[in-house]
Amino acid sequence: MTVILLQLFWLFAILSMLAFGGGAGVMPDMQRAAVETYHWMTPGEFLDMFAISRAAPGPGSLIVILIGQKAAGLPGAAVSFVAMFLPSCLVVHFLARYWHRAGQSAWREVVEKALAPVAIGLTFASGLALMRATETGLLQYAITIGGAGVFAFTKIGPLYMLAAGAAAMLLASFIA
Amino acid sequence: MTNREVGKPTLTALFLGFAHIGMMSFGGGLAAWTRREVVQTRGWLNEQQFLSGYALSQLVPGATNVNLAVFIGTQMGGVPGAVACFLGLTALPVAIVLVAGTLYLGSHGTSLWLSVALSGMGAVALGMNLGLGVRLALNHLRQVGPILVTLSIAVGIGVLRLPLPLVLAVMMPISLAVAWWVRRA
Repeated sequence: MTVILLQLFWLFAILSMLAFGGGAGVMPDMQRAAVETYHWMTPGEFLDMFAISRAAPGPGSLIVILIGQKAAGLPGAAVSFVAMFLPSCLVVHFLARYWHRAGQSAWREVVEKALAPVAIGLTFASGLALMRATETGLLQYAITIGGAGVFAFTKIGPLYMLAAGAAAMLLASFIA
Repeated sequence: MTNREVGKPTLTALFLGFAHIGMMSFGGGLAAWTRREVVQTRGWLNEQQFLSGYALSQLVPGATNVNLAVFIGTQMGGVPGAVACFLGLTALPVAIVLVAGTLYLGSHGTSLWLSVALSGMGAVALGMNLGLGVRLALNHLRQVGPILVTLSIAVGIGVLRLPLPLVLAVMMPISLAVAWWVRRA
């Protein structure tokens, strides 16, 4: 039991520090470790957990709780949660304090201007990567592109959009 | 932190604001929800501040949206603010995931209808994040230099699948040079 907790802690602390550009990037490594290296679950169980964590409200990285729970019960879930979020939160916290102290200095203004196109580029990059990784079929692509247009150019509430997306997929599966 | 300025939100407001973000974001799309709540609804940050926080949260490894909550919380109220935002964003979702996990581990597989509906919601949530990118681009990218930086990063990582650290190591200095040059001009 203690060995599994240590394995969970080590695995997610490392993956958290490797997750440049967000948690989605290390999903394949997470799957390999949980299924092939440690044999905590089958590939199908991993996919189900991926779907559950994405569907539940909140960050998709909460999948680490499910993996920890499967491997070692509630203690496993707690250890995985701390290992996944504590290191990166500490880094961001100290960065934010430093950023706050810089106030309205000239270098901060330049860095802010330089970060804007980087943030926007990364937003498109992670969106495209996730589309390729999680979406199959034209309808899902169409829903994503339609959703992007509606979000960018209208004031329609996101909850209506989510309901419409779910309805469209259900309808399509009825017809097919 | 003792230097909380007048007009900064209370810890309760931070907790509730991020609890709202966390609970609304079915299937992802948290960045879009965060901007809506923090910039548009509550006015804690202006768009430029949000954007640089969002960029730094993407540059630091780890879950971007959790990083963003901690970044905003630290700016608004130091260590207690960061903790309030982090717990606000994660507490209820963690409880829900734990319950879902317990139900799932006690059953055999997920229901088909549920997973079909979820795939539609996931597709919309992805679209919301892309739509956020479109909105931010229309509001902030006015000059050729920054537009080329955005395109290089999007195509390099999203289409050509180059490693993210490599792309940033090249593009970040270029973007700094462009920003410095635009400022001087």
